[in-house]
Amino acid sequence: MLGARLAFILRRTLQAIPILLAIVVINFLLLKLAPGDAVDVLAGEAGSATPEYMAELRAKFGLDQPLPVQLFNYMAKVAVGDFGWSFRHEMPVAELVLQRLGPTLILMGATIVTAVGVGSLLGLLAATGLNTWRDTLISVLALVSYATPLFWVGLMLILVFSVNLGWFPTSGMETIAAFHTGWDRVWDILHHLVLPATTLSLFYLALYARLMRASMLEQSGMDYVTTARAKGLSDRRIVYRHVLRNALLPVVTMAGVQVSSLIGGSVIVETVFGWPGLGQLAFESLFARDLNLLLGIFLLSAVLVLVVNLAVDILYTVLDPRIELR
Amino acid sequence: MTDLSEAPHGQGAPTTRGRAADFWRRYVRNRSAVAGLVILLTVIAMAALAPLLYPADPFSLAGRPMSPPMTGQFLLGSDTLGRDIAAGMAHGARTSLLIGVVATLVAVGLGVLMGGLAGYYGGWIDDVLMRLTEVFQTIPSFIFAILLVAVLTPSIVNIIIAIAVVSWPALARLVRGEFLSMRNREFVQANVVMGMADWRIILVQILPNCLSPIIVAASLLVATAILIESGLSFLGLGDPNVMSWGFQVGAGRTVLRRAWWIVTFPGLAIMLTVLAINLVGEGLNDALNPRLRERAS
Repeated sequence: MLGARLAFILRRTLQAIPILLAIVVINFLLLKLAPGDAVDVLAGEAGSATPEYMAELRAKFGLDQPLPVQLFNYMAKVAVGDFGWSFRHEMPVAELVLQRLGPTLILMGATIVTAVGVGSLLGLLAATGLNTWRDTLISVLALVSYATPLFWVGLMLILVFSVNLGWFPTSGMETIAAFHTGWDRVWDILHHLVLPATTLSLFYLALYARLMRASMLEQSGMDYVTTARAKGLSDRRIVYRHVLRNALLPVVTMAGVQVSSLIGGSVIVETVFGWPGLGQLAFESLFARDLNLLLGIFLLSAVLVLVVNLAVDILYTVLDPRIELR
Repeated sequence: MTDLSEAPHGQGAPTTRGRAADFWRRYVRNRSAVAGLVILLTVIAMAALAPLLYPADPFSLAGRPMSPPMTGQFLLGSDTLGRDIAAGMAHGARTSLLIGVVATLVAVGLGVLMGGLAGYYGGWIDDVLMRLTEVFQTIPSFIFAILLVAVLTPSIVNIIIAIAVVSWPALARLVRGEFLSMRNREFVQANVVMGMADWRIILVQILPNCLSPIIVAASLLVATAILIESGLSFLGLGDPNVMSWGFQVGAGRTVLRRAWWIVTFPGLAIMLTVLAINLVGEGLNDALNPRLRERAS
């Protein structure tokens, strides 16, 4: 059994490689699509550069080679973790991007936990109170949060909870001047985290609530539920011990699929709340016209999606042993 | 429309008018879909009448900056530079609807092409196209859209391209599924035997039979496209010559504390429009796939 699982993990990892290669190629094409190259940027910053000097620089960077050769060189560099140089920050892109990964992971982790937890709970409430005011209210909330742009939710939350009520800070990840340590610091970060995580999770929360509701309803028509009822189990026990566990499976799958759109959402949420993660870095690099950096963030986020999808696949085989390890 | 291909459906072949009436009866049964249609028509009217109601350039300075709503000539107040919020919203409606609809049409075109070829031919074509779709579905689509607009430079056309490029994969999967289920139906086989060209079978025979799920998916895609557009222009990646709701919110966010109205009203417009389109999409789903509805409830 363990061997089969290991083989499964290995196979899934191998399957992810062509996708990763394709993403690197897209990255390279985008780089080539952009008007001007690194040498133009350098020459522009230097103020004056002779055409001979620029040609020399191009030869030095390999930019005078044919495209396939350049692509190969680019892939070789990416393979060893060299994502290029950020001309704005005067730093290697890889280093810069890894620095900002932590805050984004905190935000995404908090969002997924909130969305799956609260979403499943709401779905459960809706399914157990089918066609009552509870069900209707949850459906309406879901519809509204599908339609609301993330940045606007964030700004409205700031307006109500920070500006008017003063409960939460408006931006940042921690109180800069406070130099908290230990649990104080954790508490401070959590305090800053509430609004951004709420903003980002609202959409997914609605989605999972609906999914959970549908999934609960589907499961409650299954034979095993009839069996459990025939055995004389109480409704409460049937719902919480049997139906709930099975109904959670599609929610977990969905949560895995959505990591990719979660990263996109975090660009907006981090920009609105000044959360110092990858998303905010992407926003800054947009304005600094730092294409290398933007591409590095893109590549890293795509890798993140692949890794999370893999993790969800593995988690799924643990949650549902019926799944064949193919 | 009375050839052999209609045979699987044809019980007494209802007239076009009868079908439209049927469709409408099923649509109005869904109350929220009717409400959505009313809101959507209001937004369309607002977009159509914008040049008449607010003939001046929405970027022009109309009066005192940061006037609250209902003061002076401003119905919804003015922004930091004294631009009329209401005028901007009317003109922004044009931008949102235009980009939403055109980007969706392009995405549907791409999706039908990819999904149709994959589903019809199967084999290695299917493998290659589905792998490609998978790649596009793995890429974080909003960041990809940002990158595309940043690289291509912000303009209406490039924003449409970016949104279409990130939106087609889901549609391609849907169309592929439909085509796969149609591929071996008798009416398709009959056409193959008759020697009809593949492209004609795809476009004239199979496609019309999978139109309803495509229409429903496309209507929801318009809503997503409007959300993506608003996100892009909020980040400052909108077409600088065109007013849009996302831009208005983005421009007002620095003065959120002192002028709540700049951010609030355009955001509400986005929400209501997207909500309306989603409701209409659900209504279309009920009206076009009545059997599906009965099974679900």
